[in-house]
Amino acid sequence: MQPRVVTLNVNGRQHRVALAPNVTLLQALRDLGYTDVKSGCEKGDCGACAVLLDGKAINSCLVLAWQAEGAEIVTDAGLGTMDNPHPIQEAFADAGAAQCGYCTPGMIISAKVLLDRNLHPTEDEIREAISGNLCRCTGYGQIIKAIQMAAERMQDAGSRMQEAGSKETGGER
Amino acid sequence: MKYKAKPLPPVELPELRIVGKPLRRVDALGKTVGATVYAGDFSMPNMLYAKVFRSSEPSARIKWLDVSRARELPGVACVLTAEDLPDARLVTDMPGQTGQKRRAGSDAPVLAADRVRFAGEPIALVAAERLDIAERALELIEIEYEPLPGVFDPLEALKPGAPVVYEPDNIVARWKIRKGDVEAGFAVADTIVENTFRVPFVDHVYLEPEAGVAWVDERNVINIRVCTQVVEHFRSIARAVGVPHNKIHIQGTMLGGGFGGKEDITVEIFLALLTKHTRRPVRLAYTREESIQAHSKRHPFIITHRTGVKKNGRITAAEIRMVSNSGAYPYLSPYVLLYATGASCGPYRVDNLHVDSVSVATNNPFTSAFRGFGAAQAAVAYEQQMDEIAKALNLDPLEVRRVNYMKTGSRNATGQEIKSAIWLEETATRVLEALGEKTPDHGAIKVGQGFASYMQSYGRITWFHDTSRAWVGVELDGSVVIRCGVPDLGAGQVNSLCQIGAEVLGVGLEDMTIYSTDSALTPLAGTTTATRQLYMSGNAVFQAASRVREVLLDRASKYFEEAPEDLDMADGKVFVKLPPPAPPTRRGEGEPEKSLPLSELAAMCAAEGLPLSNLYLFRAPFTAALDPENLQGDVFPDFTFGAHAVEVAVDTETGEITLLKSVACHDVGRAINPAAVEGQIQGGSAQGLGYALMEEVQVKDGVIQTPSLSEYLIPTSRDVPITKAIILESGTGVGPFGAKGIGEPALTPAAPAVANAVANAIGVRIHDLPLTPERVLAAVDRAGGDKETG
Repeated sequence: MQPRVVTLNVNGRQHRVALAPNVTLLQALRDLGYTDVKSGCEKGDCGACAVLLDGKAINSCLVLAWQAEGAEIVTDAGLGTMDNPHPIQEAFADAGAAQCGYCTPGMIISAKVLLDRNLHPTEDEIREAISGNLCRCTGYGQIIKAIQMAAERMQDAGSRMQEAGSKETGGER
Repeated sequence: MKYKAKPLPPVELPELRIVGKPLRRVDALGKTVGATVYAGDFSMPNMLYAKVFRSSEPSARIKWLDVSRARELPGVACVLTAEDLPDARLVTDMPGQTGQKRRAGSDAPVLAADRVRFAGEPIALVAAERLDIAERALELIEIEYEPLPGVFDPLEALKPGAPVVYEPDNIVARWKIRKGDVEAGFAVADTIVENTFRVPFVDHVYLEPEAGVAWVDERNVINIRVCTQVVEHFRSIARAVGVPHNKIHIQGTMLGGGFGGKEDITVEIFLALLTKHTRRPVRLAYTREESIQAHSKRHPFIITHRTGVKKNGRITAAEIRMVSNSGAYPYLSPYVLLYATGASCGPYRVDNLHVDSVSVATNNPFTSAFRGFGAAQAAVAYEQQMDEIAKALNLDPLEVRRVNYMKTGSRNATGQEIKSAIWLEETATRVLEALGEKTPDHGAIKVGQGFASYMQSYGRITWFHDTSRAWVGVELDGSVVIRCGVPDLGAGQVNSLCQIGAEVLGVGLEDMTIYSTDSALTPLAGTTTATRQLYMSGNAVFQAASRVREVLLDRASKYFEEAPEDLDMADGKVFVKLPPPAPPTRRGEGEPEKSLPLSELAAMCAAEGLPLSNLYLFRAPFTAALDPENLQGDVFPDFTFGAHAVEVAVDTETGEITLLKSVACHDVGRAINPAAVEGQIQGGSAQGLGYALMEEVQVKDGVIQTPSLSEYLIPTSRDVPITKAIILESGTGVGPFGAKGIGEPALTPAAPAVANAVANAIGVRIHDLPLTPERVLAAVDRAGGDKETG
């Protein structure tokens, strides 16, 4: 089959690229410069290439780029930057959860999906959420700690925002 | 409580400001936001894509090789075979170590010419316009092999008449220890305990497969951006490629893990050759499967202990035999075997000791460095043997160790006097106390506890005459730069150097910038191996920064008209210390009266031409090489000591083992960054737990049967508990601020602790790792049978 032009929406940017049908989303993203999406095994064993596809964590090596057409794709680098990191990225840095850092972008994607639906995860739920992401450096301890830390900070931020919201409402009316 | 922590000897550690704090590592945020660029992330205009054609046969003659169809494929820029590289060989011992006297011997050909010795051996290189074209070109390479008899079992390879992997025989290295009078020692023993233990091939499984990109620049320098633990390989690469040393430039990247597997050359020579031949940038990145096929493995060992003991457990004599499987080429096998030999009897006083160790060539994947470097395999054996001795004498396992433990000032197996603290009972009692009471059995689920003590060297073999260099400079705004060739494997190597520099120069960690891992632009710091970088480069940075500090304080003393010893530096300022009796802890409550920003002081020095930077060369102790017939003397700069304890639940119906608790305690001398130390301990533990329970590169007739991460399993988040890390600080190490090394030591005691816990649970010893359900069930059956007949 011939390449065809597909539209990939990545981290809020729209790319139109000609891709052969057998190109994986992992390869397409890396070729577009999203090298924060790591290649560790190319067969779904390690989770280093995890990205969000319409809010769901997937191993981008197991998805063809064509299948991602039109979907909202978010990579770790799309969550935050050095100047404005996402609370999960900040917590991973603070907790020592990134040693070599190669599993980290995929790990953070899995953590993001977990915390999006559950801001009070148990250790067991965290372990389940990252069970598809291999790490060879940390023994997972500081990663689990980082996700707990991120959850607490996001709870606090959430309740602060609620407070601020209610004050504002009270003041105005 | 059965075990109570032994009190620690009194230690006085100076109060520090930056060192000793669990600060966020300087490299952390870049990694978490995905900004860190790894070796596989670079691309260049006009770049070619490379692939390696490898042998499918473990032992064969190449009868015929034809690459003409591959060369003719449109889009192929270059195909290289051994014919194109006259006498290109890979120096497989560690190169570039000044003053190194001993060579490991047989070098591997860069590309096999007429003979292949292992399945996966490189035969040809391809560079093409696109990766898929390079892959297609591999399929067009035609080859015919004439199979030759191979030898796969090291014990078979030692027999007369066995096929010889390479001349003159299959013995890659031998080391011996002959100490005391073993005969007499056995004669006075009350009991003799003998056991043989086996450990398998293991893969490093760093998450980042080997990768790099190379190009030739306008100076005719071959630049290689690559993930490597050793930028000094530029010399070996130059030799293999046939260019002068100063025409190879390694620009190392942050590593996505190494663990010893990126200690030997991986993709560098292939890249250099292809870019030299094509004059175009070339990228080579291994797939996971190629990585598993191409890089070294941890040595399988067969270790036999015969130990004579008195009724109280005191060892009277030990005979230890070790056989390591070197695979098809030596690489670091002689040195791995040396480490194993030196560590063979563990951290115990054994006056009458015979050790005979041999490393054997086979037609298997080659074996080389892996975190633990022989000492880990030794510990699997000696710590299980200690438990077997306890069982034979009906003594508590701690008691048997206690009567044999080395104590501070003891000499080890090679007769080296150890001058740093030896906290064996201190660490062992702490892990046992923390482990607590045993969880009760539950039907077929049997619970066991076990522990292991260990000693492990840090720093390289002292007759390698190891050195490291670091440059430290203060900028005119008071910020600080370190230049040091250290490769960062992810363990926090560059961060530790920054914390040390910041401590000495009184600035914050955020004021530090480090340039590292470049063979031409940063001072050579040696290998990130052998748990040596904190010790070696840490000392180099400490010394360089201290010399800069001296210049600064000297100038400041003139400014303040105070003696330099009455000045101090912190928070980006130099200040006059408050006179006693005001305690130093009061600093910070109010600004000291006399202070000067570091930026102003630096400008003052610069205006007067004073040196605001220093390049320091740190030398490890240099000693003479030992007699291989009887290793007696100093081998290492120093040692780390500690213990690990685990609790396991064994399902005696399914053979499945669940880790319930894991506790490790190490004397790290001084924790430069306690969070990073904890990370090393927990991560090293997880690798050791995997070694015990699940990891094995299965090799059948020389061919790997576990070619990907679907078959070769490492621990996931569901498999290992968080290891509780108990960090002790004796302050007695030879690293900066009294630090000892923890990188490799963290792994070493974990696997034998698990083995001992499983034996404790099921009442019978499994002598081979990993402890698979099949082996557990077989052992349970055996135990049942023993009971019935007994």
